[in-house]
Amino acid sequence: MAEYLIKNGFVFDPVLGIKGDKADVAIKDGKIVETTAVKSPQVIDASGKTVMAGGVDIHAHVAGPKVNVGRNFRPEDKLFGYKPKNGIERMQGGFSVPTTIRTGYNYARMGYTTVMEAAMPPLYARHTHEEMRDTPILDQGAYPVFGNNWFVLEYLKNHEIENTAAYIAWLLRATKGYAVKVVNPGGTEAWAWGLNCENVHDPVPYFDITPAQIIKGLIEANEYLGLPHSMHMHANNLGNPGNYTTTLDSFKLSEGIKPNSKFGRDQVMHHTHVQFHSYGGDSWANVESKAKEIMDYVNSHDNITIDMGQVTLDETTTMTADGPFEHHLTELNHLKWANADVELETGSGVVPYVYSPSIKVCAIQWCIGLELALLAKDPMRIFITTDHPNAGPFIRYPRVMKWLMSTEAREQQFDAFKHKDKVIEATNLAGLDRELDLYEIAQMTRAGPAKSLGLAHMYGGLAPGLEADVAVYDFNPNEPYAPDDIEKAFLNAEHLFKTGVQVIRDHNIASNGNKRTLWVNAKVNENPQVMRDVKEKFLRYYTVTLNNYEVTGHYLPNPYVIEVDATE
Amino acid sequence: MDTVKLTIKNQPDLYLEADTICPDTFAGKKAEEIAGLHVYIGREQHRLGDFFEVSGNAGATPEETKIVVNGDLSRVKYIGMKMTGGEVVVNGNADMYVGAWMQGGKITVNGNVDAFAGTGMKGGEIVINGNAGNYLGAAYRGDWRGMQGGKITVTGNAGSDIGTFMNGGEIVIGGDVDVHVATHAEGGKIIIKGNAKSRLGGQMVEGEIYVLGDIDVMMPGFAYREDVDVDMDGIKGRFALYEGDLGERHRKRKGQTIYAKLYQRIEA
Repeated sequence: MAEYLIKNGFVFDPVLGIKGDKADVAIKDGKIVETTAVKSPQVIDASGKTVMAGGVDIHAHVAGPKVNVGRNFRPEDKLFGYKPKNGIERMQGGFSVPTTIRTGYNYARMGYTTVMEAAMPPLYARHTHEEMRDTPILDQGAYPVFGNNWFVLEYLKNHEIENTAAYIAWLLRATKGYAVKVVNPGGTEAWAWGLNCENVHDPVPYFDITPAQIIKGLIEANEYLGLPHSMHMHANNLGNPGNYTTTLDSFKLSEGIKPNSKFGRDQVMHHTHVQFHSYGGDSWANVESKAKEIMDYVNSHDNITIDMGQVTLDETTTMTADGPFEHHLTELNHLKWANADVELETGSGVVPYVYSPSIKVCAIQWCIGLELALLAKDPMRIFITTDHPNAGPFIRYPRVMKWLMSTEAREQQFDAFKHKDKVIEATNLAGLDRELDLYEIAQMTRAGPAKSLGLAHMYGGLAPGLEADVAVYDFNPNEPYAPDDIEKAFLNAEHLFKTGVQVIRDHNIASNGNKRTLWVNAKVNENPQVMRDVKEKFLRYYTVTLNNYEVTGHYLPNPYVIEVDATE
Repeated sequence: MDTVKLTIKNQPDLYLEADTICPDTFAGKKAEEIAGLHVYIGREQHRLGDFFEVSGNAGATPEETKIVVNGDLSRVKYIGMKMTGGEVVVNGNADMYVGAWMQGGKITVNGNVDAFAGTGMKGGEIVINGNAGNYLGAAYRGDWRGMQGGKITVTGNAGSDIGTFMNGGEIVIGGDVDVHVATHAEGGKIIIKGNAKSRLGGQMVEGEIYVLGDIDVMMPGFAYREDVDVDMDGIKGRFALYEGDLGERHRKRKGQTIYAKLYQRIEA
């Protein structure tokens, strides 16, 4: 493979602790190496430019059946947005639910190289993997959803951690999944009965279990296995005024549990899109920010990581395995709604949504997301996301960076709000003058998420031995710049290397890369009971046989297996 | 106002996507530049001048530009798309999306138009001296934003699904219409001077439909309220007023539920 030397860039790397100093980065055989290890490298002149590791997205909905429902039922999202094939660059379309091809290219253009699909219904794991396979450049993994799965509910109502762990290990292997995802625990199952679970002690109909038992049990099973990532949580009561207490109650279920993982993470719970879970008040008329209360808890408990779920004030497509929430949303905005129930396993809903700066609630949501990041004491534990496409499309990450890095940019947005004064009154953001620097941005978009995922040995930094995922941006942090320059530069990387392959050269897609699919193979002791339960449930309830369930061979042309040994 | 004249000289084998035929695109350009504008057949790019004789220069702004298009344009799509001002006159039949997403100005078609004329229209005026196809003044596929403003007048008949997701503006049909009128509409006004078939106002939330002729089948979601006298824009007579769609959500104003209204003339 070609050797590269990226010279004289301003490097921001939390792993090496480099805060914008001039440094060289050398690439050989797909890895970052000492600069002395390359003999006749191609030299990239990065003087006056910013150099970072490839971005890592811990939570986005980019592949699978509900993403495809979004694509199918929103032809208007693609209108006028097509880009024809151009050289090696394939045809692209779509805005909030882009085609797989555009997903890969647009992430790459932002300098991102690793993206995790946040909710994979196990029964449709094959579809999810097919879409990931067709997403160029990016390394990807997918989180199967467990929080409403009948096996899990039945094991955990009796607190059978070992059986739950054996089932998780089996399902991760069967679906080629990466982590344990939980969405509205118990609530989505309740939705199949027309109900919901609005707090952690709401009983799940039929199963005689509460969300609290599901959450705690899955954290314990996750640590029993010692998986790379922690349990990945979307709590009950998303998007409702006053829900911050449910969020805090969910956080507290992680107390006293220590991480058991050789992958270097410190957390036992990652809570996603916390913006949607930080609301005070008791109606949309008096909804207010509780970001302070949430961040007081997060800042003082280091066994939790979170991501933002930042509202970007765009027209977008919401989609979640939280079926009851999507129904609630369509009742609010009267736009079209799609709903799905996935046999024994999960459900989902999809509804378009317009986050308008003229609507007070949308502006409050915008403030809350930014407050979370600006109130963070440790940027290694809070990550930039938009819960793509729920709070906004991922191509707005550079805009989120701009808002976090510039009070001027935030003031401009405040001035564009129709109900500016009411919004300021209901939030804390106007009183926050913190401006993040690029080192903190690198923590929130690279090193932090990589560590939380248990992938710090591969991604998130520029230390020798890590994967050669390196982005060069046309941005000089030492020269004066306008806020919009940040967005412009980080939306359009000048060079990008993925595992040592130059995929962007002079702002153009130069290669479709060599994408890999990451999955976790957890070895457990033989568990005849769980295997008997699996066989019986497939015979009695599933519409497919076990043989047609497992994700195999050609679904993952380039797999990357992470081995975990949980045998005694 | 300066006039640009386009006369079709070569018929495309397939369909020509010609959203460049628009005062906003032509404004400030000379005839040669206009002939060089891009049009598409599928993924192939061509020049407007490959298909049209172009004469005359455009005005400095869209408002000062008039475009006259002559010939059989039944394979030309998107004439006047997204225009904000000026005038377009089409002498002949045109294909789909005439005046789609139009915001201002005026389009006159002396001939028939195919489907989706005035899709998502926000303002301006379209006059069709002929028949219109399906989805007149409707929303684009999947979209919930149909015609929002402006006026469409059709002297002849119109097809099915006119005014789908309409929430403003006015459509006047001189003749008859096919099934599905103002489906999902949340505002606006549709006047049908001839006859209508069935499924008028399905899932309609707000807005008005006037039918001067017969209605084959009334939607079960519309309830007869009373007979009323109407005298509006030259339309006079006694009308039966129906309200609906009762199966749909409706907002309240001053304690009164607001329904969509369907007026059918019973006496001239």
